[in-house]
Amino acid sequence: MSLIEAPRTPTRGRRTGGINWEKWGWIYMRASGVVLVVLIFGHLFVNLVAGEGVKAIDFAFVGGKLADPFWVVWDGLMLWLALIHGGNGMRTLVNDYATNPKVRKVLLIGIAASTAILLVLGTLVITTFDPCPAGATPALLPSFCEAL
Amino acid sequence: MPEKSASNLVAEPQSPPKIRSPKRPAGTLYRGKEGMWSWVLHRITGVSIYFFLLVHILDTALVRVSPEAYNAVIETYKTPLMAIGELALVAAIAFHAFNGLRIILIDFWAFGAKHQRTMFWVVIALWVILLIGFVPRHLSHAFGG
Repeated sequence: MSLIEAPRTPTRGRRTGGINWEKWGWIYMRASGVVLVVLIFGHLFVNLVAGEGVKAIDFAFVGGKLADPFWVVWDGLMLWLALIHGGNGMRTLVNDYATNPKVRKVLLIGIAASTAILLVLGTLVITTFDPCPAGATPALLPSFCEAL
Repeated sequence: MPEKSASNLVAEPQSPPKIRSPKRPAGTLYRGKEGMWSWVLHRITGVSIYFFLLVHILDTALVRVSPEAYNAVIETYKTPLMAIGELALVAAIAFHAFNGLRIILIDFWAFGAKHQRTMFWVVIALWVILLIGFVPRHLSHAFGG
Protein backbone atom coordinates (compact mmCIF):
# COMPACT_ATOMS: atom_id res chain seq x y z
CA MET A 1 0.00 0.00 0.00
CA SER A 2 1.38 3.38 -1.01
CA LEU A 3 1.15 6.29 1.40
CA ILE A 4 0.94 8.90 -1.34
CA GLU A 5 -2.21 8.82 -3.40
CA ALA A 6 -1.94 8.88 -7.14
CA PRO A 7 -2.44 12.35 -8.66
CA ARG A 8 -6.03 13.24 -9.52
CA THR A 9 -7.46 10.68 -7.10
CA PRO A 10 -11.04 11.87 -6.53
CA THR A 11 -11.84 12.73 -2.89
CA ARG A 12 -15.34 11.34 -3.00
CA GLY A 13 -14.96 8.58 -5.55
CA ARG A 14 -16.44 8.56 -8.99
CA ARG A 15 -20.11 9.42 -9.20
CA THR A 16 -22.25 6.56 -10.45
CA GLY A 17 -25.71 7.36 -11.76
CA GLY A 18 -28.07 9.99 -10.37
CA ILE A 19 -28.65 13.50 -11.63
CA ASN A 20 -25.55 15.40 -12.71
CA TRP A 21 -26.35 18.67 -10.91
CA GLU A 22 -23.12 20.38 -11.98
CA LYS A 23 -24.00 19.74 -15.61
CA TRP A 24 -27.51 21.15 -15.17
CA GLY A 25 -26.08 24.14 -13.29
CA TRP A 26 -23.73 24.76 -16.23
CA ILE A 27 -26.63 24.53 -18.69
CA TYR A 28 -28.81 26.76 -16.45
CA MET A 29 -26.19 29.55 -16.42
CA ARG A 30 -26.20 29.66 -20.23
CA ALA A 31 -29.95 29.23 -20.77
CA SER A 32 -30.94 31.78 -18.12
CA GLY A 33 -28.15 34.11 -19.27
CA VAL A 34 -29.57 34.42 -22.79
CA VAL A 35 -33.08 35.17 -21.46
CA LEU A 36 -31.70 37.62 -18.87
CA VAL A 37 -29.90 39.64 -21.55
CA VAL A 38 -33.31 40.34 -23.13
CA LEU A 39 -35.18 40.85 -19.84
CA ILE A 40 -32.60 43.13 -18.17
CA PHE A 41 -31.81 45.21 -21.26
CA GLY A 42 -35.58 45.72 -21.66
CA HIS A 43 -35.91 46.59 -17.95
CA LEU A 44 -33.04 49.10 -18.13
CA PHE A 45 -34.43 50.67 -21.30
CA VAL A 46 -37.94 51.19 -19.90
CA ASN A 47 -36.78 52.40 -16.47
CA LEU A 48 -33.60 54.39 -17.23
CA VAL A 49 -33.57 55.38 -20.91
CA ALA A 50 -37.17 55.89 -22.09
CA GLY A 51 -39.17 58.92 -20.96
CA GLU A 52 -37.58 60.82 -18.10
CA GLY A 53 -35.36 57.94 -16.98
CA VAL A 54 -34.47 57.52 -13.32
CA LYS A 55 -36.24 60.77 -12.37
CA ALA A 56 -39.64 59.31 -13.27
CA ILE A 57 -39.29 56.29 -10.97
CA ASP A 58 -41.59 56.48 -7.94
CA PHE A 59 -44.48 54.49 -6.46
CA ALA A 60 -46.89 55.68 -9.18
CA PHE A 61 -44.46 54.57 -11.93
CA VAL A 62 -43.89 51.10 -10.44
CA GLY A 63 -47.59 50.78 -9.52
CA GLY A 64 -48.57 51.60 -13.09
CA LYS A 65 -46.21 48.92 -14.42
CA LEU A 66 -47.17 46.20 -11.91
CA ALA A 67 -50.90 46.77 -12.56
CA ASP A 68 -50.18 45.21 -15.98
CA PRO A 69 -49.82 41.38 -15.94
CA PHE A 70 -47.20 41.69 -18.71
CA TRP A 71 -44.78 43.44 -16.35
CA VAL A 72 -45.66 41.14 -13.42
CA VAL A 73 -44.57 38.16 -15.54
CA TRP A 74 -41.53 40.08 -16.84
CA ASP A 75 -40.39 41.09 -13.34
CA GLY A 76 -41.19 37.66 -11.89
CA LEU A 77 -39.08 35.93 -14.54
CA MET A 78 -36.26 38.42 -13.95
CA LEU A 79 -36.43 37.82 -10.19
CA TRP A 80 -36.22 34.02 -10.42
CA LEU A 81 -33.77 33.73 -13.32
CA ALA A 82 -31.40 36.46 -12.09
CA LEU A 83 -31.34 35.53 -8.41
CA ILE A 84 -30.68 31.83 -9.09
CA HIS A 85 -28.12 32.76 -11.79
CA GLY A 86 -26.36 35.09 -9.33
CA GLY A 87 -26.60 32.64 -6.43
CA ASN A 88 -25.11 29.86 -8.53
CA GLY A 89 -22.35 32.19 -9.70
CA MET A 90 -21.54 33.10 -6.08
CA ARG A 91 -21.50 29.37 -5.25
CA THR A 92 -18.85 28.92 -7.93
CA LEU A 93 -16.73 31.71 -6.43
CA VAL A 94 -17.08 30.34 -2.90
CA ASN A 95 -16.05 26.88 -4.10
CA ASP A 96 -13.03 28.45 -5.84
CA TYR A 97 -11.77 30.73 -3.08
CA ALA A 98 -13.12 29.56 0.33
CA THR A 99 -10.51 26.95 1.19
CA ASN A 100 -11.53 26.54 4.83
CA PRO A 101 -14.30 23.89 4.84
CA LYS A 102 -16.22 25.54 7.70
CA VAL A 103 -16.11 29.02 6.14
CA ARG A 104 -17.12 27.50 2.83
CA LYS A 105 -20.11 25.74 4.36
CA VAL A 106 -21.29 28.90 6.16
CA LEU A 107 -21.01 30.95 2.96
CA LEU A 108 -22.86 28.34 0.88
CA ILE A 109 -25.68 28.14 3.43
CA GLY A 110 -25.82 31.95 3.49
CA ILE A 111 -26.15 32.11 -0.29
CA ALA A 112 -28.85 29.41 -0.34
CA ALA A 113 -30.80 31.03 2.52
CA SER A 114 -30.70 34.57 1.08
CA THR A 115 -31.70 33.24 -2.35
CA ALA A 116 -34.70 31.36 -0.91
CA ILE A 117 -35.81 34.28 1.32
CA LEU A 118 -35.56 36.87 -1.46
CA LEU A 119 -37.35 34.61 -3.97
CA VAL A 120 -40.28 34.21 -1.56
CA LEU A 121 -40.30 37.91 -0.63
CA GLY A 122 -40.05 39.15 -4.22
CA THR A 123 -42.70 36.75 -5.49
CA LEU A 124 -45.11 37.74 -2.70
CA VAL A 125 -44.52 41.44 -3.39
CA ILE A 126 -45.28 41.32 -7.11
CA THR A 127 -48.23 38.90 -6.81
CA THR A 128 -50.02 40.54 -3.84
CA PHE A 129 -49.22 44.12 -4.86
CA ASP A 130 -52.05 46.71 -4.76
CA PRO A 131 -51.32 49.79 -6.91
CA CYS A 132 -54.11 51.73 -5.15
CA PRO A 133 -53.73 50.94 -1.43
CA ALA A 134 -56.65 52.18 0.71
CA GLY A 135 -55.94 55.29 2.75
CA ALA A 136 -52.80 56.30 0.80
CA THR A 137 -52.14 59.88 -0.30
CA PRO A 138 -53.89 60.12 -3.72
CA ALA A 139 -51.10 62.27 -5.23
CA LEU A 140 -48.60 59.43 -4.79
CA LEU A 141 -50.71 56.83 -6.62
CA PRO A 142 -50.95 55.93 -10.34
CA SER A 143 -53.44 58.17 -12.18
CA PHE A 144 -55.91 55.31 -12.83
CA CYS A 145 -56.55 55.00 -9.04
CA GLU A 146 -58.78 58.12 -9.23
CA ALA A 147 -61.34 56.19 -11.26
CA LEU A 148 -61.81 53.66 -8.44
CA MET B 1 31.38 19.55 -45.01
CA PRO B 2 31.09 21.16 -41.53
CA GLU B 3 31.00 24.98 -41.55
CA LYS B 4 33.46 25.28 -38.72
CA SER B 5 36.44 23.09 -38.45
CA ALA B 6 37.34 21.44 -35.19
CA SER B 7 40.31 23.75 -34.80
CA ASN B 8 38.07 26.87 -34.88
CA LEU B 9 35.86 25.43 -32.16
CA VAL B 10 38.83 24.85 -29.98
CA ALA B 11 40.19 28.36 -30.73
CA GLU B 12 36.97 30.12 -29.52
CA PRO B 13 36.22 29.08 -25.97
CA GLN B 14 32.45 28.78 -25.59
CA SER B 15 30.87 30.92 -22.89
CA PRO B 16 27.97 29.28 -21.08
CA PRO B 17 24.65 30.13 -22.79
CA LYS B 18 22.79 33.00 -21.21
CA ILE B 19 19.12 32.35 -20.51
CA ARG B 20 17.29 35.36 -19.17
CA SER B 21 14.23 34.73 -17.08
CA PRO B 22 11.20 36.42 -18.70
CA LYS B 23 10.12 39.67 -17.06
CA ARG B 24 6.46 38.70 -17.29
CA PRO B 25 4.81 35.29 -17.35
CA ALA B 26 4.69 34.23 -20.94
CA GLY B 27 4.28 31.24 -23.13
CA THR B 28 0.61 30.42 -22.74
CA LEU B 29 -2.33 31.33 -24.93
CA TYR B 30 -4.41 32.22 -21.86
CA ARG B 31 -2.38 33.83 -19.09
CA GLY B 32 -2.20 37.62 -19.20
CA LYS B 33 -4.15 37.65 -22.46
CA GLU B 34 -7.74 38.38 -23.52
CA GLY B 35 -8.94 34.98 -22.27
CA MET B 36 -7.76 35.60 -18.71
CA TRP B 37 -8.89 39.22 -18.49
CA SER B 38 -12.38 38.44 -19.81
CA TRP B 39 -12.65 35.79 -17.07
CA VAL B 40 -11.45 38.24 -14.38
CA LEU B 41 -13.86 40.95 -15.54
CA HIS B 42 -16.73 38.45 -15.75
CA ARG B 43 -16.20 37.51 -12.08
CA ILE B 44 -15.83 41.09 -10.83
CA THR B 45 -18.87 42.37 -12.73
CA GLY B 46 -20.88 39.29 -11.70
CA VAL B 47 -20.25 39.80 -7.98
CA SER B 48 -21.00 43.54 -8.23
CA ILE B 49 -24.29 42.92 -10.03
CA TYR B 50 -25.22 40.20 -7.49
CA PHE B 51 -24.88 42.52 -4.49
CA PHE B 52 -26.83 45.25 -6.27
CA LEU B 53 -29.54 42.68 -7.05
CA LEU B 54 -29.92 41.79 -3.35
CA VAL B 55 -30.39 45.47 -2.45
CA HIS B 56 -32.64 46.10 -5.45
CA ILE B 57 -35.07 43.30 -4.51
CA LEU B 58 -35.30 44.72 -0.98
CA ASP B 59 -35.84 48.33 -2.11
CA THR B 60 -38.49 47.28 -4.63
CA ALA B 61 -40.23 45.23 -1.90
CA LEU B 62 -41.04 48.57 -0.22
CA VAL B 63 -43.87 49.10 -2.75
CA ARG B 64 -45.71 46.55 -0.57
CA VAL B 65 -45.12 48.67 2.56
CA SER B 66 -46.39 52.10 1.49
CA PRO B 67 -46.01 54.66 -1.33
CA GLU B 68 -44.21 56.98 1.12
CA ALA B 69 -41.67 54.33 2.16
CA TYR B 70 -40.89 53.39 -1.46
CA ASN B 71 -40.59 57.01 -2.63
CA ALA B 72 -38.34 57.94 0.30
CA VAL B 73 -35.85 55.19 -0.52
CA ILE B 74 -36.01 55.60 -4.30
CA GLU B 75 -35.26 59.33 -3.87
CA THR B 76 -31.80 58.35 -2.64
CA TYR B 77 -31.15 56.83 -6.12
CA LYS B 78 -31.74 60.24 -7.73
CA THR B 79 -28.55 61.89 -6.47
CA PRO B 80 -25.36 62.76 -8.40
CA LEU B 81 -23.34 60.12 -6.56
CA MET B 82 -25.89 57.39 -7.31
CA ALA B 83 -26.07 58.54 -10.96
CA ILE B 84 -22.39 57.62 -11.22
CA GLY B 85 -23.18 54.34 -9.45
CA GLU B 86 -25.94 53.64 -11.99
CA LEU B 87 -23.46 54.24 -14.83
CA ALA B 88 -21.08 51.74 -13.23
CA LEU B 89 -23.95 49.25 -12.76
CA VAL B 90 -25.07 49.51 -16.40
CA ALA B 91 -21.43 49.25 -17.55
CA ALA B 92 -20.99 46.09 -15.45
CA ILE B 93 -24.26 44.56 -16.70
CA ALA B 94 -23.42 45.35 -20.35
CA PHE B 95 -19.97 43.72 -20.11
CA HIS B 96 -21.34 40.68 -18.25
CA ALA B 97 -24.15 40.31 -20.83
CA PHE B 98 -21.97 40.62 -23.96
CA ASN B 99 -19.15 38.49 -22.52
CA GLY B 100 -21.71 35.90 -21.36
CA LEU B 101 -22.95 35.59 -24.95
CA ARG B 102 -19.29 35.24 -26.03
CA ILE B 103 -18.84 32.39 -23.52
CA ILE B 104 -21.92 30.63 -24.95
CA LEU B 105 -20.55 30.99 -28.51
CA ILE B 106 -17.19 29.56 -27.36
CA ASP B 107 -18.92 26.62 -25.65
CA PHE B 108 -21.32 25.62 -28.41
CA TRP B 109 -19.65 26.70 -31.65
CA ALA B 110 -16.26 25.64 -33.05
CA PHE B 111 -15.93 29.05 -34.73
CA GLY B 112 -16.38 30.69 -31.32
CA ALA B 113 -13.54 28.76 -29.67
CA LYS B 114 -11.25 29.54 -32.60
CA HIS B 115 -12.05 33.25 -32.59
CA GLN B 116 -12.50 33.84 -28.83
CA ARG B 117 -9.83 36.54 -28.85
CA THR B 118 -11.45 38.48 -31.70
CA MET B 119 -14.81 38.09 -30.00
CA PHE B 120 -13.40 39.64 -26.81
CA TRP B 121 -12.64 42.82 -28.75
CA VAL B 122 -16.09 42.65 -30.35
CA VAL B 123 -17.49 42.52 -26.78
CA ILE B 124 -15.43 45.59 -25.84
CA ALA B 125 -16.61 47.41 -29.00
CA LEU B 126 -20.29 46.65 -28.32
CA TRP B 127 -19.79 47.71 -24.69
CA VAL B 128 -18.28 51.05 -25.75
CA ILE B 129 -21.10 51.66 -28.28
CA LEU B 130 -23.77 50.90 -25.68
CA LEU B 131 -22.16 53.24 -23.15
CA ILE B 132 -21.75 56.03 -25.74
CA GLY B 133 -25.52 55.79 -26.13
CA PHE B 134 -26.39 55.38 -22.46
CA VAL B 135 -24.01 57.70 -20.56
CA PRO B 136 -25.12 61.08 -22.05
CA ARG B 137 -28.78 60.04 -21.89
CA HIS B 138 -28.56 59.00 -18.24
CA LEU B 139 -26.49 62.02 -17.19
CA SER B 140 -28.99 64.40 -18.84
CA HIS B 141 -31.80 62.62 -16.93
CA ALA B 142 -29.90 62.70 -13.65
CA PHE B 143 -28.45 66.21 -13.86
CA GLY B 144 -30.81 67.92 -16.32
CA GLY B 145 -33.65 70.13 -15.13
